[in-house]
Amino acid sequence: MLLLAVDTATPAVTVALHDGTSVVAESGQVDARRHGELLLPAVDRVLARAGVKLDAVTDVVVGVGPGPYTGLRVGLVTAATFGSALSVPVHGLCTLDGLAYAAGLAGLEGPFAVATDARRKEVYWARYDDARTRVTGPAVDRPADIAGQLAGLPVVGAGAVLYPEAFPDAREPEHVSAGALAALAAERLAAGAELLPPQPLYLRRPDAQVPKNYKVVTPK
Amino acid sequence: MADEPLVLGIETSCDETGVGIVRGTTLLADAVASSVDTHARFGGVVPEIASRAHLEAMVPTIERALKEAGISARDLDGISVTAGPGLAGALLVGVSAAKAYAYALNKPLYGVNHLASHICVDQLEHGPLPEPTMALLVSGGHSSLLLAPDITNDVRPLGATIDDAAGEAFDKIARVLNLGFPGGPVIDRLAKEGDPAAIAFPRGLTGSRDPAYDFSFSGLKTSVARWIEAKRAAGEEVPVRDVAASFQEAVVDVLTRKAVRACKDEGVDHLMIGGGVAANSRLRALAEERCERAGIRLRVPRPGLCTDNGAMVAALGAEMVARNRPASDLELSADSSLPVTDTHVPGAHPYTHDHDHVHEISKDNLYS
Ligand SMILES: [Zn+2]
Repeated sequence: MLLLAVDTATPAVTVALHDGTSVVAESGQVDARRHGELLLPAVDRVLARAGVKLDAVTDVVVGVGPGPYTGLRVGLVTAATFGSALSVPVHGLCTLDGLAYAAGLAGLEGPFAVATDARRKEVYWARYDDARTRVTGPAVDRPADIAGQLAGLPVVGAGAVLYPEAFPDAREPEHVSAGALAALAAERLAAGAELLPPQPLYLRRPDAQVPKNYKVVTPK
Repeated sequence: MADEPLVLGIETSCDETGVGIVRGTTLLADAVASSVDTHARFGGVVPEIASRAHLEAMVPTIERALKEAGISARDLDGISVTAGPGLAGALLVGVSAAKAYAYALNKPLYGVNHLASHICVDQLEHGPLPEPTMALLVSGGHSSLLLAPDITNDVRPLGATIDDAAGEAFDKIARVLNLGFPGGPVIDRLAKEGDPAAIAFPRGLTGSRDPAYDFSFSGLKTSVARWIEAKRAAGEEVPVRDVAASFQEAVVDVLTRKAVRACKDEGVDHLMIGGGVAANSRLRALAEERCERAGIRLRVPRPGLCTDNGAMVAALGAEMVARNRPASDLELSADSSLPVTDTHVPGAHPYTHDHDHVHEISKDNLYS
């Protein structure tokens, strides 16, 4: 088994190779505006570091968000295209689950919450009993609106760093890692669990308004 | 000819997910998934809806094109993709897919210009483009007059709209007349039953001191809307067919007049018309008439190739391969305002799939 994992649902553009036992190579760069430019060179770099070619990959794993859409789609379409070109399965995982799993690897024990930046003064968040068990979410809300129900819980991710008043107990890691995502996927696949389809968790409807009527141009 | 380049082209600059496959100037497949119906109730293309639709349609459309062409992806000589101009988020889906596909198949990647592709598509219909070619591109997003001595690396803008695109004017007038979106086809249909000389709508930028090759449709649009509003205010019925015909005539009169003039001024004996508005029957007829009178050969691809599609991107990609133009690299980005003079986006390190190369790990690498 050789998993290639990518996640572009947050400012981190992250890629990892996992052989079913451990992470073979990994790359992570934080740049919210250049997912498109950074992802393929990162894939190339990770494969080169591991000394393998893309066609050795047996499964593609992709973070399906939630996350800002433009960046999120870069990872999803890249994963889907690899899957088609290589004729290998593409598995989706909730990006927040990857962060929760990474927090568990870093020693955090549950319960806790994960929060990432959803822009527009909101966070994408989910609540976990432990690093593998999501119990609420993912959802998108204003930090102040969920601070009460998450009171006393450690909060993992950049959402906690951004809103310390709502989430005073911020914990590491701040950024998503494809290595953790791949490890979680490997664990679930080995256990015969179903992963998600590689489709985006947008959580919000597209911004679009039906025009009421055309604007009258005759001066009054 | 079997040794002509076999290229797959991807187009996602607006609301059509297009994947085309060509061998040289021969069209093998033209798969298009359109999200136009989802945009209709908004009266225009909604970028986020378009981007979502591109993501869903991307891989299925690639697979459909390959099946239609009856070729194996392994046999491709290159992958081309619209790098710009267009909607940023929409372009990014196609560019990301093209990069992944080129990388996975170990094929050269060509980021190409959407406008140049609109011109080059005519090679699939009428054979190699004469050099130079004069091109009039008209759609909901563009209205330009371009002189193309070499479609792969020399396209010169002579004029463009200074406000609305021609197709946009059709959409807006259709909205004033409550005809729905998109406006082009319905106005074309109604205009056939109307009198193009019924109402004398203004011809923008046609004065002797106006720029010879630029267009303006904003004044026309306002004038038509006011005319309709005045009728309604007076409690009279709006003669929809005559309005449609007279408005359409004002648009195509200016477009063809300026295009023919550009051909004469530049000594070019070929005019190609592309873009979605090139599907307009009156534009085709009037261009035919005026070109014939001026001794200019008119080339207009069939309507399906005039609107946005992947075949046009593949056509330009094949020309890039045939003329040995440098490929793009894996950092290729979508550029929503890519200038028309950038016919393609050559890479600093054209992608050659060289894994022996040792990559420097960047300083901001978090996990290494
Ligand atoms: Zn176009």
